[in-house]
Amino acid sequence: MNAELVANDPTGPLENRWTKHRFDMALVNPANRKKYQVIVVGTGLAGGSAAATLGEMGYQVKSFCFQDSPRRAHSIAAQGGINAAKNYQNDGDSVWRLFYDTIKGGDFRSRESNTYRLAEISVNIIDQAVAQGVPFAREYSGLLANRSFGGAQVSRTFYARGQTGQQLLLGAYQALNRQIAAGSVTLFPRTEMLELIVIDGRARGIVTRNLVDGKIESHTADCVVLCTGGYGNAYYLSTNAKGCNTSAAWRAHRHGAYFANPCFTQIHPTCIPQSGAYQSKLTLMSESLRNDGRVWAPIASAAQADNAADISEDQRDYFLERRYPAFGNLVPRDIASRAAKEVCDENRGVGPEVNGKRLGVYLDFSEAIDRLGESAIRERYGNLFEMYERITGESPYRTPMRIYPAIHYAMGGLWVDYNLMTSIDGLFATGECNFSDHGANRLGASALMQGLADGYFIVPYSVGNFLARHQAGDIANDHAAVADAVRNVRDRIKRLLNAPDAKHPPEYFHRKVGQILWDHCSMTRDPADLRTALKQFPPLRDQFWREVKVTGSGEAFNQTLERAGRIADFLELGELMCLDALDREESCGSHARTDHVTAEGEAKRDDENYSYVAAWEFSGDCSAPILHKEQLRFEFVHPSVRSYK
Amino acid sequence: MNLTLNIWRQSDPESPGNFDVFNVSDVSPDMSFLEMLDVLNEGLIVHDEEPVAFDYDCREGICGACSLVINGSPHGPQKATTTCQLYMREFSDGEEVWIEPWRVGAFPVVRDLVVDRSAYDRILQAGGFVSVRTGAAPDGNTIPVPKDVADRAFTSATCIGCGACAAACPSASASLFVAAKISHLGLLPQGQTERNSRVRMMLAQMDKEGFGHCSNHAECQSACPKEIDIGRIARMNRDLGRSFIRRT
Ligand SMILES: Cc1cc2nc3c(=O)[nH]c(=O)nc-3n(C[C@H](O)[C@H](O)[C@H](O)COP(=O)(O)OP(=O)(O)OC[C@H]3O[C@@H](n4cnc5c(N)ncnc54)[C@H](O)[C@@H]3O)c2cc1C
Ligand code: FES
Repeated sequence: MNAELVANDPTGPLENRWTKHRFDMALVNPANRKKYQVIVVGTGLAGGSAAATLGEMGYQVKSFCFQDSPRRAHSIAAQGGINAAKNYQNDGDSVWRLFYDTIKGGDFRSRESNTYRLAEISVNIIDQAVAQGVPFAREYSGLLANRSFGGAQVSRTFYARGQTGQQLLLGAYQALNRQIAAGSVTLFPRTEMLELIVIDGRARGIVTRNLVDGKIESHTADCVVLCTGGYGNAYYLSTNAKGCNTSAAWRAHRHGAYFANPCFTQIHPTCIPQSGAYQSKLTLMSESLRNDGRVWAPIASAAQADNAADISEDQRDYFLERRYPAFGNLVPRDIASRAAKEVCDENRGVGPEVNGKRLGVYLDFSEAIDRLGESAIRERYGNLFEMYERITGESPYRTPMRIYPAIHYAMGGLWVDYNLMTSIDGLFATGECNFSDHGANRLGASALMQGLADGYFIVPYSVGNFLARHQAGDIANDHAAVADAVRNVRDRIKRLLNAPDAKHPPEYFHRKVGQILWDHCSMTRDPADLRTALKQFPPLRDQFWREVKVTGSGEAFNQTLERAGRIADFLELGELMCLDALDREESCGSHARTDHVTAEGEAKRDDENYSYVAAWEFSGDCSAPILHKEQLRFEFVHPSVRSYK
Repeated sequence: MNLTLNIWRQSDPESPGNFDVFNVSDVSPDMSFLEMLDVLNEGLIVHDEEPVAFDYDCREGICGACSLVINGSPHGPQKATTTCQLYMREFSDGEEVWIEPWRVGAFPVVRDLVVDRSAYDRILQAGGFVSVRTGAAPDGNTIPVPKDVADRAFTSATCIGCGACAAACPSASASLFVAAKISHLGLLPQGQTERNSRVRMMLAQMDKEGFGHCSNHAECQSACPKEIDIGRIARMNRDLGRSFIRRT
């Protein structure tokens, strides 16, 4: 057992902690700030807001993204909304309530201090966004509108139609543009971070590849902030954008940054199922559909048919209503997802066969249409139905929608302390790429909140606090550590381009690792299965480095090379995810362990033994990482057991 | 179904470029257009060839990365649809398909079907924002915005910055793109203080980037995957006129 990890969070009354901590932090004199260089990798909600704010404070900021424009970061795709404890609806919301809901939603696997701070800051985010001109939905009074989201008892979600992420990201992007114009931020689009530079235990820069001409460059700075998003694409098919990856975080991990709770990933129940082996990604359909749609599958595999209409009413199993009479079709995401997967594993799935399996269940609106009329349904879900029809060629007004769960979000990520600093000095991580505030499951509309809280309101302070204790200083480009890092990057690219027995495109391996993770490390986990999965990683990695085929050159625009590098990292992360899942001998949050369920088959948490954050240290051997535990202590809330029966 | 694809290949911004012909077979109608190209590319890699480069990320019609001219139309034949949301059931067996990059001087080709759209970023850097410091915002509800105004601002703000408007415009103008941002911010109370300088600076930058001037062809509006309407351009022109009277 290793020394316990410390989170460096303040003590005392919860509601005073952040205020007190801010007062205790050191400040950099405004006149000195321009002497410090800060690297911010990522331009999503977390990175865009952090780079803009740090630039505005007077630091010299370099901002990086792999897309051609900062505006295309994956945050742009978030649909539903962003939570804030404004209590504008006067329905009893408060910072405490949002804090409590978040920590309970995370199944009591997050830190009280961090989660409280998040709820506290949530209100400032809305103010900031409104002042930037983010066009949130409004009531006829002209005041901000809210809706209830993801089963919350209060209406605290702010939204901009189904494009909340887009509008918030454009707000952050505009703030970033303003700093670029002012000269405080230098932007490096189409530039991918491929290595971290660590000198004397402290993060001092990154090595990048210019994706247009392939140039490898080093950038040094006084500290580095990673805001590089989540790793859901480890599963190959997910609702994430195609480019989402773990490479920046994984490079940091290999240099000593602990990776926390890697097995905590979230599955969204209402995605459009795969239609063929060529499928490249999955599309999320809003959860709100379950308000009026009834989920069902044929009662027995013998009753499967190509058309829903051919399955008579008595052959239909409304399995959520049957198993969870109180909540019915509105059970939480993880429960709905698991139930759908179980049905398909029993060969009761619907829709086209992909690799010999029908992976889908029906979400049927016929009863709602009969009851409310087609126009009422069109009013509520018209744009979603249209999107569904565009993708599948089927009209949900006529035939039931087909849905299947898909990976949606990564709660796990780089371990950070209360200052959002990783276990490498001077390396910060914000947004989805850290593990912080969502515990074992994230509530809807909380990721946008966390990304912006981290970026606008937390990391700018903690970066200042860190820099105030360090002299600004340049690192020579020929410093041995810099030269080493550059050499590593060049060597790796060379290996990717010259595999000895090159025959498979990188996607071949991506699909393989994705399948292993989906089968063994998604919503249901079985220890024996996990052990089988673990055996598959080392040979798969060997095969990858022997047989991956990347055509074209390293000195030009080469998307195959980009993808190959990201997949190589997924092949290492995947193993850690399974190791973590095996270590966690409890059912918790979004996942269930087959050996830890109640007599009724429901998830069973083990607070006595597993109330910790699992923070893994890289040991040099991907199959034997070192586990550090951060013990979670609950002073203000009492872990309770969820029940949706 | 089987298709014949004529795809623009160009190895870098300086090379001349040309069309290459590819025959693809067993295309499923349920594939997206980009998945069809993925399958083509995986085959090319296996056969030691360089895959066709094209931009994409979200594949959900929101990030604005994808950008193909298909049979002469930016984003292809389907109305209000980005390339990534176009499905093969829109095509028929035996069809010949022409695939090109955006053809706009201000968007130089990077490789094959990928262009450099940083000119759009620079136009927004010239003034497409509200100057508010982090932490300096008043409570959100102290700035009420009538619902219809907020809705109109939202519609303008849905621009995804893909560049289809300029690609469709016979004069390669970025007017619809610029006008969308001018309207989004100009309609809202938050955007008033900088309204006059914003329109002047953004339009000056548009000229500097080498985009043409709007000549009312309205091709931009039909190509826009978000259906942003050309009325925004008239509004922008009014704002520009106004800005010379009330200089701020
Ligand atoms: C379909 C969908 C809908 C969602 N809806 C909601 C919602 O309604 N509400 C909610 O709260 N959350 C939602 N989420 C979750 C939320 O959108 C994300 O968690 C959040 O936007 C992540 O923001 P981020 O800034 O951390 O990362 P991202 O937005 O993913 O940004 C990552 C950035 O890092 C850059 N980057 C990555 N790797 C590198 C590298 N190696 N080198 C250089 N740059 C790199 C990228 O270019 C990008 O700029 C949704 C997610 C999905 C998939
Ligand atoms: S790939 Fe994002 S809009 Fe098409």
